[in-house]
Amino acid sequence: MTSAATRSPGKDTAAEGGLRAGRPATVKRRHHPGYGRWTPFWFLAPAVFALLAIGIYPMLFAVVTSFRRYNITRRADMLDGYPFVGFANYIRVLTDQTFWDSLLLTGRFYLTVVPLEIVFGIGIALMLHRPGLGMLRAITRVSLVVPLATTYAVVGLIGRLIFNRDFGVANQMLGWLGIASSDWLGNPIGAFLGIAVMDIWQWTPFVGLIFLAGLSMVPVEIEEAARLETKSHWALLRYVQLPYLLPGLTAVLILRSADILKLFDMVFVMTRGGPGSATDLVSVYVQRVGFKVFDLGLASAQAILLLVLTILLSRLYIRVFYREID
Amino acid sequence: MGSRPIGRALHVLGLLFVLGFAVFPFYWMVSSSLKEQTDLLASPPIWWFRPTLANYQDIFADQRVTTAVLNSMIVSTATTILAVLLGTPAAYALARFEFRAKRDLWFWFISNRMISPIVLALPVYLLARELGMLNTHLVLILIYLTFTLPIVVWICTDQFRSIPSDLEQSARLEGANQFDVFWRIYLPLGAPGVAVSAIFAFIFSWNELLYALVLITSQGLKTAPVVATNFMSGYELPWGKIMATGTVIVLPVTIFALIVSRHMVRGLTMGATK
Repeated sequence: MTSAATRSPGKDTAAEGGLRAGRPATVKRRHHPGYGRWTPFWFLAPAVFALLAIGIYPMLFAVVTSFRRYNITRRADMLDGYPFVGFANYIRVLTDQTFWDSLLLTGRFYLTVVPLEIVFGIGIALMLHRPGLGMLRAITRVSLVVPLATTYAVVGLIGRLIFNRDFGVANQMLGWLGIASSDWLGNPIGAFLGIAVMDIWQWTPFVGLIFLAGLSMVPVEIEEAARLETKSHWALLRYVQLPYLLPGLTAVLILRSADILKLFDMVFVMTRGGPGSATDLVSVYVQRVGFKVFDLGLASAQAILLLVLTILLSRLYIRVFYREID
Repeated sequence: MGSRPIGRALHVLGLLFVLGFAVFPFYWMVSSSLKEQTDLLASPPIWWFRPTLANYQDIFADQRVTTAVLNSMIVSTATTILAVLLGTPAAYALARFEFRAKRDLWFWFISNRMISPIVLALPVYLLARELGMLNTHLVLILIYLTFTLPIVVWICTDQFRSIPSDLEQSARLEGANQFDVFWRIYLPLGAPGVAVSAIFAFIFSWNELLYALVLITSQGLKTAPVVATNFMSGYELPWGKIMATGTVIVLPVTIFALIVSRHMVRGLTMGATK
């Protein structure tokens, strides 16, 4: 099969060109003459069935489990055949102060890190977008990939070393600024700030790169005209660039909320939710109920509630971002 | 125009600060992995020291670490291959066919990006326990498809859409069937996108901790992040070994990530930004 021959069937080219230029909805099907109704099905079937089996089926299983008394370390539960208990687990979750506290803490964590990530992210994007210093800008841009690729569990390990009371570099650096050293991971506020710093380190580059993509959408002529009009960076940002940053901002707000609901690895390694419950984010708490206490009925009910939250978030995300895709 | 040099200087300083901020924890991990225990425990920490490879000799002599890295390789490679095998045909169908429920299917793939692993970890643990699949690599390979498959489908759909459809037309005129078209036109021409998606799938699987932690408990099958985490117990932590292990885990994926750095945002947002 020579590509030259296949590429130019001669007389067809003009007609096809015309079709492609206009692309009216009614002739869309004529792009693929002769495929059967079931053809797409065969291409999709393996992926769809795989995801049904490993994604949806376990979720249904979790729904069923959430209505059972299912503690695999309690012999009585097993001998009873893990009996159905109606909404008992859900009632336990909704009246469980610790669960609410962990959700609240997750919310507080979000409100602590995300605004900072947005402010730093916009700053980084503006610096990377500003003309000049091509080489340094390119290197800096590439360096942003490093935090994003770092294994989340290893981020936790690094965090424990950096924030160590005796030989941590965080205390040393704060010492240079004249701030007394403290046992970061040993006290509630310090531990919370510690995981916040590591999260900001890992995810600010992500936010910055999203905003950088937004800035590069500003038409060059408009930006240059605006730069001639005003010397004020603030005016440029406020009236020219900001509209192009807003879609990215929405993406950041939604994706970061999903990711913080998921956040487990780094916190688990760095603090295990402690000291006390100072860093007991919701994923860490549910993991403990499931795999330390082995109260899987209760943990499943918690997981289902999280899932509902997640589904709402992803519907929102899809509604905002994929409206135009067919 | 007196502000120009100042603005330029601030720009340089700002960029240097960002650069330092981005690489510092990574640098600190690598430099700590090259320290002897006495240097590591120095208070305040020292920045200049005589580097040693002793920690690396230790961990490469320690079968736990080498086995764990090998396990991670097996699991990540297998799930990546599987995700590409299952995901690319699906991506082709989503890119080139019209059929009912296409949008819903598409959204379903995308929304897997949001699912918290803890939601699936519990039921998968119970199911695997019943099927006798706890402590197998297979269960990890399969469950990792929940995030590797969507990323492959997403990036490849995007890539396949950009392939001109008249190539497909003419191949069909020559009598090629639909599978030939996919196999001989879309896969080779879409290879760059397939490679990028495979790299993402590999990075995400390599970095995963939660499933690996709860589904595998026998020492010989644990993956690298789990083993690195296991060092964190005991009285005096072997920080040199921990940081050397961390470096060994992070280095390969960092190199991969640098290769796909242009696509990083697209991969992590599932295409919300172009």
